[in-house]
Amino acid sequence: MCDTCGCNLTPGNQHLAFKPVAKGATAVSVLKGLLAKNDDQAGHNRAHFDQRGILAINLMSSPGSGKTALLEATLTALKDEFTCAVIEGDLETENDAERIRAKGVQAHQIVTGTACHLDAHLVHDALHHMTLDGVDILFIENVGNLVCPASFDLGQHLNVTLLSVTEGDDKPAKYPVMFRAADAMLLTKTDLLAVLDDFDPDQAETHLRNLANPAPVMRLSARKGMGMDAWLTWLHEQLAAQRARVAIGQSRRPAIQSDGMKYHSVTA
Amino acid sequence: MHELAVAQALVEQVDAVIDQHQAGRAILIRVRIGPLAGVVPDLLATAFPLAAAGSRMEHAELEFTHAPIRVHCQTCGAETEAAMNRLLCGACGDWHTRILSGNELLLESVELETAPALPLET
Repeated sequence: MCDTCGCNLTPGNQHLAFKPVAKGATAVSVLKGLLAKNDDQAGHNRAHFDQRGILAINLMSSPGSGKTALLEATLTALKDEFTCAVIEGDLETENDAERIRAKGVQAHQIVTGTACHLDAHLVHDALHHMTLDGVDILFIENVGNLVCPASFDLGQHLNVTLLSVTEGDDKPAKYPVMFRAADAMLLTKTDLLAVLDDFDPDQAETHLRNLANPAPVMRLSARKGMGMDAWLTWLHEQLAAQRARVAIGQSRRPAIQSDGMKYHSVTA
Repeated sequence: MHELAVAQALVEQVDAVIDQHQAGRAILIRVRIGPLAGVVPDLLATAFPLAAAGSRMEHAELEFTHAPIRVHCQTCGAETEAAMNRLLCGACGDWHTRILSGNELLLESVELETAPALPLET
């Protein structure tokens, strides 16, 4: 959006800009996404990925829902086919990156200290510590948290949100911002469904649809190797789609983004 | 939790606006936050003074504009209000809807002090 010539004013929002103000003061209309700086950096990261034909996937969930276990199983399954790389985000420890490296896959650990989410700048710094040449898929494992990570674009193409069956099937209703951002929802640890009588996978899917989210829902257990085929097929499809986009110079942003532009066009 | 990061981003943006208009300081900052943006206005209001301390907006008032959640139904075409975790069409109940508003996280406007503050009367 343009801040210089006033072209970001529409009949729908101009009343916000021209409110009379006290003498000696002036009102300036900005109408810019609050996280514009993060979004600019995210766009820059995405351009890096697109240049190299990399598909970047942001994994989000509560702590302990199985993001790293999913990655371990996924990397093992894909190792002969694709080159993958992983960025790990945690408040402390190098543990997750070590688990990934044990699979023979390049991993960089971001230690956030006390920060509850990754942002585009942290990811950009991490990219400088990595070799991206030849990488097909980059997984970014966000900080385990169902709230904050959903608000920050990292430059990924897709958001994958995990919900483990030990957490409760109403999580999408309780954390709508997170689950609305999902391009795919994975119900994990489904091998435990047999001993849990209070998690209904269909109900979890209904709660997701109530957020107007058409994302596919896949049920799997990374530990027991159940349901992995659908997930791996989806990854294949997404990588093919990314390559097709790159070939025609297009890109893709995840389901949700902060949207000054959308506001711009719909309020009039 | 992440509201401090958002407050810091807000301070940077307002700072740029002050520069752009060669103003002295900001008096009022108006922000539009929809419920679906994932940012709690009250928490942002608490974090703002920390982020703004010592800056040219440290005494500015932070004002929030309400942004109702509205959805457009792709099935029946109706535009209705919706609840945060129930983004269904209010007319036909279908879930194939698109958000029209309610997910904004915008710096809407800033009031700047352009003239030097009047000296206090003695």
